[in-house]
Amino acid sequence: MLEDIDLEIAPGSFVAILGHNGCGKSTLAKHFNAILLPSGGKVYVDGLDTTDENRTLDVRRTVGMVFQNPDNQIVASIVEEDVAFAPENLGVEPAEIRRRVDGALAAVGMTEYAEHAPHLLSGGQKQRVAIAGVIAMRPRCIVLDEPTAMLDPIGREEVIDTVQRLNRESGVTVVLITHHMDEAAKADRLIVMDEGKIIADGPPKQVFQRVEELKAVGLTVPETVGLLAELRRAGLEVPLDALSVEDCARAIAAAL
Amino acid sequence: MLKDITLGQYFPGDSIVHRLDPRTKLILVVVYIVALFNAGNVVSYALMLFVLFSCIALSHVGLKAVFKGLRTVFIIILITALLNIFYNTTGTLLVQFWRIRIFTGGIAMAVKMVLRIMMLISGTFLLTYTTSPIQLTDAIERLCGPLKKLHLPIHELAMMMSIALRFIPTLIEETDKIMSAQKARGADFETGNLIQKARALMPLLVPLFVSAFRRAEELATAMECRCYHGDSGRTRMKQLTYAPRDFVALALGFVVLAAVFVLKHFGL
Repeated sequence: MLEDIDLEIAPGSFVAILGHNGCGKSTLAKHFNAILLPSGGKVYVDGLDTTDENRTLDVRRTVGMVFQNPDNQIVASIVEEDVAFAPENLGVEPAEIRRRVDGALAAVGMTEYAEHAPHLLSGGQKQRVAIAGVIAMRPRCIVLDEPTAMLDPIGREEVIDTVQRLNRESGVTVVLITHHMDEAAKADRLIVMDEGKIIADGPPKQVFQRVEELKAVGLTVPETVGLLAELRRAGLEVPLDALSVEDCARAIAAAL
Repeated sequence: MLKDITLGQYFPGDSIVHRLDPRTKLILVVVYIVALFNAGNVVSYALMLFVLFSCIALSHVGLKAVFKGLRTVFIIILITALLNIFYNTTGTLLVQFWRIRIFTGGIAMAVKMVLRIMMLISGTFLLTYTTSPIQLTDAIERLCGPLKKLHLPIHELAMMMSIALRFIPTLIEETDKIMSAQKARGADFETGNLIQKARALMPLLVPLFVSAFRRAEELATAMECRCYHGDSGRTRMKQLTYAPRDFVALALGFVVLAAVFVLKHFGL
């Protein structure tokens, strides 16, 4: 499935991995915390080889993972008990688990729902509980595998805001796998995958300039970049690196 | 309609019944059931009813919720009542109509059995209403803890139980969704005889099972990602500790049990 992957993710960075369905991005993600082991080559997490069975737990506590369907990753029938699941597995002292759970729920803004039943929450709230369940483990990195794919626009925004805040305020490394361009645009580094290979890697502004290449692998660019690309083809001298609507408007105004 | 199933539902609250240690509640339910099956006559039944109603009142769950739970076993109650009325031939003959003969003994027995079943169900429902499934499985795990020495998979069983309880509402919701989807395509779940109805369930059960397996797979991966590796070295956030109220409750429970036995001895 995966081929020629040579990738290093810097601590504290926010990396987005983009690609259409079946391009190998989820497979890649599952290699980050030893859910899948490489059939060739090596994966190192914080210096630990993921194939070392004695260190599997250390790898998994370093790299937390959030999946697409929030219903299928919530274990307990009470929000706070679910958040406590990972530290309980790690054998953390009860008082410390309590602190971590409260901290994690506060970090995702779900403190007031601590004693609710998860199935009564909205999709975005459930996904934030799932994120809290992972950060209660105190991981240095969180990998999110299409965390917003099943959410409505409000839920998507809640989740992406939470992730961005964790990255900025707590310095957690974030790897966000997505096929939403606007989410990918928020990362500091964007990796595009196709057929198990990395075909582009760089800051979003740079990667999105390669409009034709992205279209060739079935991806669209953000609407702003698309518009600028069309204008350029029509002969207008505009830059391609305006990702927000404001920047885009400014770029067009400058060219006119 | 499916959303009405209250089996295994927990109503969060802060009553004295909620705050009791789940192990205490579990032991008390067992004591309650033993007492119930040894209650033989009016006085002991009155005592058990009094115990049940005071527990319901203390729990702040509300009679309505308890009765709602009883609805799910209505058929069993009905069958028990009818069997006892028609087949018990003790006491004096009350009604004779064609081949049906109803005796006073039958009526008395029916009332007794129906009351017993209703009290049994209400009591156990009260346990699940006031105890979160996690607490409950936790209590079972701790109470059965000594059996781990015999290499019985107590932790695994408790984990399975809590996951099953966690997924009941999720799967019910999904069943509702699939049902609506199949109805929209013309599936008919309501008409026909029993066999036709059972056959109509196929397009419901197949997708439900497929999705349940997919969920199981995903949940297992998510649990592994959160460092789940069985029982070894696992701690719990909520430690179970007996408070004075637990000892009082247990003492009261055993007093009731003793009282029932004494009453039984005197034929009351």
